[in-house]
Amino acid sequence: MMQPGLYHILFISTALFFIGVYGFLTRKNLVTMLMSIELVLNSVNLNFIAFNKYLWPHKMDGLFFTLFIIAIAAAEAAVAIAIIINLYRSHNSINVENAEELKY
Amino acid sequence: MPAIIYILIPFLPLAGFVLLGLFGKKYFKSASGWIGTLLMLVSFILAVYVAYDYFSATSIFPRNVPVKYTWLVFSENISIDMGVLQDPISMMMIVVVTFISLMVHIYSLGYMKGEERYPTYYSFLSLFTFSMLGLVLASNLFQTYIFWELVGVSSFLLIGYYYDKPSAVAAAKKAFIVTRFADLGFLIGILVIANTSDTLDYNTLIATLTSTGSEQASSAAASTFLGASALTWGTALIFIGGAGKSAMFPLHIWLPDAMEGPTPVSALIHAATMVVAGVYLVARLFPIFSINTPAVLDIVGWVGAISAVFAAIIACTQTDIKRILAYSTMSQIGYMMFALGVAGYGGESGLGYTASMFHLFTHAMFKALLFLGAGVVIHYVHSNDMKDMGGLRKKMPVTHITFLIACLAIAGIPPFAGFFSKEEILLAAYNGNTIIYWIALITSGLTAFYMFRLYFSIFWNKPYQADHHSGHKSEGGWIMLFPLLVLALGAAGSGFIPFGKYINTDGIPLESHFHLQFSILPVALGLAGIFMAMWLYKKQNNRPEKLAASLNGFYKAAYHKFYIDEIYLFVTKKIIFNLIGRPAAWFDKNVVDGLVNLAGNTTTAVSESIKKLQSGRIQQYAIYFLFGAIGLAILFIYIWK
Repeated sequence: MMQPGLYHILFISTALFFIGVYGFLTRKNLVTMLMSIELVLNSVNLNFIAFNKYLWPHKMDGLFFTLFIIAIAAAEAAVAIAIIINLYRSHNSINVENAEELKY
Repeated sequence: MPAIIYILIPFLPLAGFVLLGLFGKKYFKSASGWIGTLLMLVSFILAVYVAYDYFSATSIFPRNVPVKYTWLVFSENISIDMGVLQDPISMMMIVVVTFISLMVHIYSLGYMKGEERYPTYYSFLSLFTFSMLGLVLASNLFQTYIFWELVGVSSFLLIGYYYDKPSAVAAAKKAFIVTRFADLGFLIGILVIANTSDTLDYNTLIATLTSTGSEQASSAAASTFLGASALTWGTALIFIGGAGKSAMFPLHIWLPDAMEGPTPVSALIHAATMVVAGVYLVARLFPIFSINTPAVLDIVGWVGAISAVFAAIIACTQTDIKRILAYSTMSQIGYMMFALGVAGYGGESGLGYTASMFHLFTHAMFKALLFLGAGVVIHYVHSNDMKDMGGLRKKMPVTHITFLIACLAIAGIPPFAGFFSKEEILLAAYNGNTIIYWIALITSGLTAFYMFRLYFSIFWNKPYQADHHSGHKSEGGWIMLFPLLVLALGAAGSGFIPFGKYINTDGIPLESHFHLQFSILPVALGLAGIFMAMWLYKKQNNRPEKLAASLNGFYKAAYHKFYIDEIYLFVTKKIIFNLIGRPAAWFDKNVVDGLVNLAGNTTTAVSESIKKLQSGRIQQYAIYFLFGAIGLAILFIYIWK
């Protein structure tokens, strides 16, 4: 069985990143958009782990960064969901186009 | 003598001002008059003591500077000092100022009793006295200017004392603006003088400029501007300031209106002391005027002569008694001015200088008396208008007699004070300038006429009708009559002071000559004026109307003060406002404001046009961000390797 190399992992993470970006740009549902952002973050996590493993296998820096990002993503999800709930309360919808009127 | 005495003379009234101004209203409302008067009394005693000490010490009177404090230093030689200059005229003036001020303080105890702002009145009066004393004692040209403005301010405050009366407010504003306008000339004059002579100190100034061959004198005479030397311009500009303060034609328009203030204030400021500041200023710089710029002295003479006769003619037609006195003041100050104008430096030709100061002294006595007497009359009648008066001689005997003495004094009837000083002025004019002499003679006849017109209209004419107001009917109590009596003494007797001995141009005592044949003409003219007034006004008759009708156009012009006020209004409202004011306002509104608005409007327009970028769609922003990031990545990776 073939060991997956660095390039495979980078390919997956890039694919994940663009799926996330695409989802963020096209979905109108705020919760789906939040999920897309999580995909983007996870693609970054994958990158960190892959580079850590293949380039500096004796160091832990990339893993620590990944843990940080997971923690931040959790906090960010809490904040984002709070915003979404408030938006829902005031507008009765979580469609991103309804939030347009907050512009100025 | 310790310096503190000199300092105390002006500073006691200042203390009064501070004390009454800060605490008078709250703590000693009714006592404030007495406090002010008491401080003034001490100041007066000190002034007399200092003056007596000065005049009795020697027979030659030097120019001393017993107190001097260097305040602002501009350059090696030019500095603004605060000091006391002691010379015959300043010593004479402090006695006059403190004396008249004391009389007015005492008189006001009765006159202003029960006024709402009684402490404020006394504090302003004290402020004025302080400023005036500072002005006359100044040892430095700039110090004079500072106090000059201070007397202007206190005059403004006191004219506008009845600030709920629109006419009083307008008069205060007018007085302030007109004199301030003239003071601009004074300030420029000071700067020119300081520039050419390199000093502001009176002693140094006079010493360097008048000594022939000194560097400053020759350079000041050499540099010319528009055909006149710098020094000529300097003294002429300074004279403009003096003319404004002394209400000389054509800057006199504020003085009659200034009569809106309380009558004692008119007596103190607008008759006896402040308005003679212009004369005093010219006298203070007399050596420079006389030796360096005789041309300006000629102007002084002519302005004085024209003002004298001009005001006398107007005074003959007015009916407001205070306005008559105001024009009479202007006329008498005109006398002092042209006396200086015809005088020369040194010896016999300096008679005009002596005479001017002499007349200043006697005029302060009898004019203050006239105003205070008029104040008693106004207090009694509750009107300023001559038509409401008449037949008051039985009702107010003391005022009647003192007023008569003052009228005789101003008309120049011997042996009252005005006779001697006017005689000297006429003699000086006779020696100096024949045309001015004749103008002065005519004016002295007119003076006698209008003063006795006033006198007969108030105290004789028709019997007094006391129908339209009841209430207190007394002359105002001894507190108001006492100053009248004291001043009457001065008006009757001060002519016997040998002024020439003390005040002269070059320090050599001047014998006062008395020529019988010379004084016949003026006295005869004075008597003619009196009899004329008696014929017209002693009994009620229709002769004045007939006379007025026969002089129709001229009478009307004089009654309307020769339309000077209207000319001023025309020049300011029609010409200056339209030609300068409006275009300047247009420029400000359209160009200056326009530039500011343009900046604002541009910002608004630009932001309005780029506002659409802020669509509020998160995904749009994300696309911008994404393509921006990709663009930067391409930029850094492929282009800027």
